[in-house]
Amino acid sequence: MSLWREALLVAGKDLRIEARSRVALAQILPFGIVVVLLFAFALDPDRGVLARVAPGLFWIAVLLAALLAVGRSFAVETQSNARDGLRLAGLDGAAVFLGKSGAIATELLGLELVLGLGVVVLYDVEVHGLGVLVLAALAATVGVAATGTLYGVLAAGLRLRETLLPLLVLPVLAPVMLGATRAFEDGLAGAPGDAWPWVALLWIFGVLYTGIGVLAFGSLWEND
Amino acid sequence: MNRLNIEEPTDTPGQLLAPGVRHAIGAVALVALAALALLGLWGAPPDDRQGEAMRLLYLHVPSAWLAYLAFFVTAVASVLFLWRRTRSMVWDRVAGASAELGVIFTGLTLVVGALWGRPIWGVWWAWDARLVTTAVLFFLYLGYLSLRRIPGEPEAAGKRNAIAALIAFVDVPIVHFSVEWWRTLHQKATVFNPELSAKIEGVQALTLWIAVIAFTLLYLYLLDRRYRLAVLEEGQAERELEQAIRERTGDAVAGVTP
Repeated sequence: MSLWREALLVAGKDLRIEARSRVALAQILPFGIVVVLLFAFALDPDRGVLARVAPGLFWIAVLLAALLAVGRSFAVETQSNARDGLRLAGLDGAAVFLGKSGAIATELLGLELVLGLGVVVLYDVEVHGLGVLVLAALAATVGVAATGTLYGVLAAGLRLRETLLPLLVLPVLAPVMLGATRAFEDGLAGAPGDAWPWVALLWIFGVLYTGIGVLAFGSLWEND
Repeated sequence: MNRLNIEEPTDTPGQLLAPGVRHAIGAVALVALAALALLGLWGAPPDDRQGEAMRLLYLHVPSAWLAYLAFFVTAVASVLFLWRRTRSMVWDRVAGASAELGVIFTGLTLVVGALWGRPIWGVWWAWDARLVTTAVLFFLYLGYLSLRRIPGEPEAAGKRNAIAALIAFVDVPIVHFSVEWWRTLHQKATVFNPELSAKIEGVQALTLWIAVIAFTLLYLYLLDRRYRLAVLEEGQAERELEQAIRERTGDAVAGVTP
């Protein structure tokens, strides 16, 4: 079986679990929307502050929700020793990494779509430069999913993982937060030319951490 | 001989430096630090533009240098641990000890930098590439240290720690680059600029160099001591485990005998 086929199987498994358990849909997505609402309470919606800082708020909401998605992705494996089963299936570690991060990325893209609509409606944002926005969001999502999956397996099975994961993941994602926010700002301001370097940075980050994951995930996965 | 009466590991050295070397380094570091205090506080003249605040840089610059050196050592030690041919718990302990020193000196860099920034820039904090990178660095390795504190089977935990250290290390240039793009206000590097020609001269430059040397020696000394502490901690944990096993098996035997 090729690497990609194995990866697709793992991704399919994770997405099927989410489709049936509805945790992503019924808990993580509403959490993201609540965060978007909270920002409106914190920053007065009448003074136009929200529309100005919408890209940053959007990405903070996405990152916070991503933490839950990563935690969930590895919590699934601890139930009924699913992790051992997956290990015994003889899949390549790289395939498991690509599959799990692919599933997380798919969930996040769905989440971003809904939160994006929410931000447009609630924060009164006018959308320009949709192409740049989509490419930036794709790149950022790849980076977030890859980093999250890497740290997810690092912390999986450890006690204290719920509190440890955010501290590990969020600082590493600082460049993604910065790049995605700037790209969105430039895109929304109708200056996509300024956004491209940020989109490139986001892609470099995403490819780099996906590469590290492909190389390192196997030995972490087989560990302990 | 061994005051703590803890069994020494036999497969790896119990300390990094030979006692003689360590004492020598410690002594020179102490002298250099005393010289730094004298020169930094009284010997060096106040700066033309920065005045007395300039003296803070004698702490700020070497702390920042040490922080980056320490994290670099952590990364190298992590690679050596991951590489099968050089795998040894020595490198895991060095990585942890160095990261701990790195976090301490990063914290010092940030605090002293803020104290300097207030009179010179007029603000405690500026959103500049080097400041933000240093702050992110602090939290990156704080997370790494938290991860290290979670016990596990030595080789598995070592692998996990080493990979985490490398994930963090790879992020540092990306963070720096992205923030630099975003905005830059910090003055360019003074001693470690590309031409390697310091722009400050005379006693000020001498003081700064003594500061860098003193801190580097201090780092070596503390690294060795922290490594030693890690060895002792491992011995202690092993002893406690053995005792717990003895107690349990003792109970079991007592339960069986009528």
